[in-house]
Amino acid sequence: MTLIKTTVNRRSFLKAALLAGGGMVLHFSWLAGCKPAGKKVLEMPEEWFEMNSYIKIGENGVVTLFNPNPEFGQNVKTSLPMILAEELDIDWEQVIVEQADFYPERYGRQFTGGSQSVRQAWSPLRTAGATARQMLILAAAGQWNVPASEITTEHGTLLHKSSGKKAGYGEMASAAAKIPVPEEVKLKAVSDFKVVGSSKKNVEIKNILSGKALFGLDYKTEGMLIAMVVHPPAFGMRFKSMDDKVAKSMPGVKAIFTIDSLKEDIVQNFFDTTSFTKFAVVVGNTTWEVLQAKKALKVEWEQEPERTFKMGSSWTPGAETIEAKYPSGLESTEIHQAKMKEFSKKPGNIIRRDGDPESAFRSATKILERTYTAPFLAHNTMEPVNCFAHVTADKAVLYGPIQAPEFVVGTLSQRLSLPKEKIEIKLARMGGGFGRRAYGHHFIEAAVISQQVKAPVKLVYTREDEMTAGIYRPTYSATYRAALDKDNKLIAFHVKAGGIPETPVHADRFPAGAIDNYLAEGWQIPSNITIGAFRAPRSNFIASAEQSFLDELAMEMGKDPIDFRLELLERAKTNPVGEKNDYDAARYAGVLQLVREKSKWKETPQGVHRGVSAYFCHNSYVAEVVDLVMKNNAPKVEKVVAAIDCGVVVNKDGAINMAEGAIIDGIGNALYGELPFKDGAPQKNNFTTYRLIRMNEAPKTIDVHFVKNEEDPTGMGEPPFPPAFAAVANALYRATGKRFYNQPFINELKST
Amino acid sequence: MIATKLNINKKTHTVEVDPSTPLLWVLREHLDLVGTKYGCGVASCGACTVLLDETAVRSCSLPISAIGDKAITTIEGLSENGDHPLQQAWEEHDVPQCGYCQAGQIMNAAALLKSKPNPTDEDIDTAMTGNLCRCGTYLRIKAAIKTAASY
Repeated sequence: MTLIKTTVNRRSFLKAALLAGGGMVLHFSWLAGCKPAGKKVLEMPEEWFEMNSYIKIGENGVVTLFNPNPEFGQNVKTSLPMILAEELDIDWEQVIVEQADFYPERYGRQFTGGSQSVRQAWSPLRTAGATARQMLILAAAGQWNVPASEITTEHGTLLHKSSGKKAGYGEMASAAAKIPVPEEVKLKAVSDFKVVGSSKKNVEIKNILSGKALFGLDYKTEGMLIAMVVHPPAFGMRFKSMDDKVAKSMPGVKAIFTIDSLKEDIVQNFFDTTSFTKFAVVVGNTTWEVLQAKKALKVEWEQEPERTFKMGSSWTPGAETIEAKYPSGLESTEIHQAKMKEFSKKPGNIIRRDGDPESAFRSATKILERTYTAPFLAHNTMEPVNCFAHVTADKAVLYGPIQAPEFVVGTLSQRLSLPKEKIEIKLARMGGGFGRRAYGHHFIEAAVISQQVKAPVKLVYTREDEMTAGIYRPTYSATYRAALDKDNKLIAFHVKAGGIPETPVHADRFPAGAIDNYLAEGWQIPSNITIGAFRAPRSNFIASAEQSFLDELAMEMGKDPIDFRLELLERAKTNPVGEKNDYDAARYAGVLQLVREKSKWKETPQGVHRGVSAYFCHNSYVAEVVDLVMKNNAPKVEKVVAAIDCGVVVNKDGAINMAEGAIIDGIGNALYGELPFKDGAPQKNNFTTYRLIRMNEAPKTIDVHFVKNEEDPTGMGEPPFPPAFAAVANALYRATGKRFYNQPFINELKST
Repeated sequence: MIATKLNINKKTHTVEVDPSTPLLWVLREHLDLVGTKYGCGVASCGACTVLLDETAVRSCSLPISAIGDKAITTIEGLSENGDHPLQQAWEEHDVPQCGYCQAGQIMNAAALLKSKPNPTDEDIDTAMTGNLCRCGTYLRIKAAIKTAASY
């Protein structure tokens, strides 16, 4: 039990009526709330009583919990309300879950990304649940005339043992809602958790399985038109002119025009990334008709000179703006690879230096040096980019898939010349995100189109539009060097890595802290191909390179790959090098020990080739062992054992599902993923050529094990993804005798 | 505009739409049956899968003029109360993450179970390879199909 001040997130305890300004309707619900999966049908109450932003209780004891964060498949719509239910001390079966609208005055930061939802919501949501519970207790104490400290709760019921008085939460809800928010509340001990740590099914499952309208692309309203945009066929090109003679006379077409989605005077923020700002637009009655007209539209493009724009800060509104730019030119993978090779040989920017790495390398008996590369990747969310917008003279209503609504609202406000409080954003369930939907360009495009045609519109990207519109995982290159002395002991370590257009090196990550002489350098090459967050940004590549290198280094030193990592971690734990290392060496070692035990590491079955990898990112620790077999010269991962330390696990089966998916995603991208370029144009535009992992290529078994502890929970969406790449590479080495340095590995397999 | 009669989920619908329009868009935008999803438009991802009589087809690439009087079943018509064995098994295994591809997965699995009521792992792999799940729920999909077959 912990006492916690309710001031941590006090504004979220404000009731709707107390909030100033804003024309928002509080419980405006586009889609019905969903009940936890189960047979029981809940009777709706006649009246709801609001305890705080997240919780309302009906007179009959039914409870509505609001999920504040955007849902894109990470299952926060289930796990975050579980945290509320735990501290409120309510049966999960009595709960209805609703998706909150974007409403930062009530919910604070509503951001899905960086595996932060559970971690950041943990304390505020526990406090919100405990506060509502305490208000119910105080209400009962007043009515029963007994001390509040003698009242206990259980299954949504208040009890006073000595007098035998008892009441359901619903009976006290009306009185409790009038009680001022207590200054301090008690939180449960982790050992007393009943809901958190159990497995609760996805609250939306019945709607998903019966085909209900859930996604932005499913949305429809009276008078709504469909809009599609035509963007340049290559990065470095821009709109010149168009001939719409044929297209505009086609059936169902209402209007054809151009838009400038961002104008020069707009101060952009980090999440306004967009490759193109001028589009041809076709608006019409139905998607199919608009698509035909789009194909018939003749657009001329021209090369774009260097483009500059004003860049502000996402996190600090009003911060000084800088002039940022996109270079001109038509880039290709061939040129990228040559440039990266050149940069990998030049000195980079030193971002960490311990001891005297240069002298250690000079005195080395042996130096192992290896370079690893990976291509651009497209996110390929199954639901293509879309957004509904209805912009009128005095307000804008938007509904669509977005991970970071707070970062698009400021830009929308500038572009539409509407105050922020006149912009309503409803958070649609997203058909995947993977980082792609942190960027809100589609909201701006849809809003500008709606403003121009003076009608509600739904912007729809085709798969081809989406795959060729940018905001990719960057292409990277990392060169690792290790110095060994005459006794084959590791005396120095050097990583120099960069990419187009960003470096993937984290200054203070393992193995920094474990080696006396350590050097990390970064470099970057500017590009007009836009990039953005992609499931575990930077980590997804640097983990693959580092963990492949450590495997080869362990072999070179004659050590078992897990033992070697544990030795390094032991050093980082007992006598760390440097002041600042961003990982906990004991927890890192913990997942390696657990995966060694659970995979029976030393007992590799016959015909199976094993690889191990471990990584820390987004506050969680994950180690993975893959079992790979070769069938007709094609690799197949048969089994994966994963060990994860993410602190307290909130929704166990949900977390296992996340890990399974992230591992399959990692295997798929390691083996098959790539988006090459020629003359600025992406060379793949649909799943016919862009290879994603399919069922027959996925492992038969994935065993997920969690380290049991009482640490505050950390994220699960990203951390299980990065280790999969090197685990596959290391297993491939054992299968073929050849090291795999360049992703996707399938290309290197073909060339052997 | 030519009227086309379509037999969808045991009801006859008459739509006045260009007959070359793919079934997907007629379902989604003319009949408000949005459970069938658009994913690629070129029959490569399976998100738009529906049944044509007992066969799984990609509705994004099937013009309504080619359907005739064949019976179309979408996810909305798979069962009266959302309790088809596959829907029950999907719930038992808590399959979905984002959920976008799942209707297509279920419809494809429904066709598989009609032709092979007790499919092996290999049968499932072969039948389901055309259905992408970007979240990577493949293990659960496979387990759910086996569970549904065992009911």
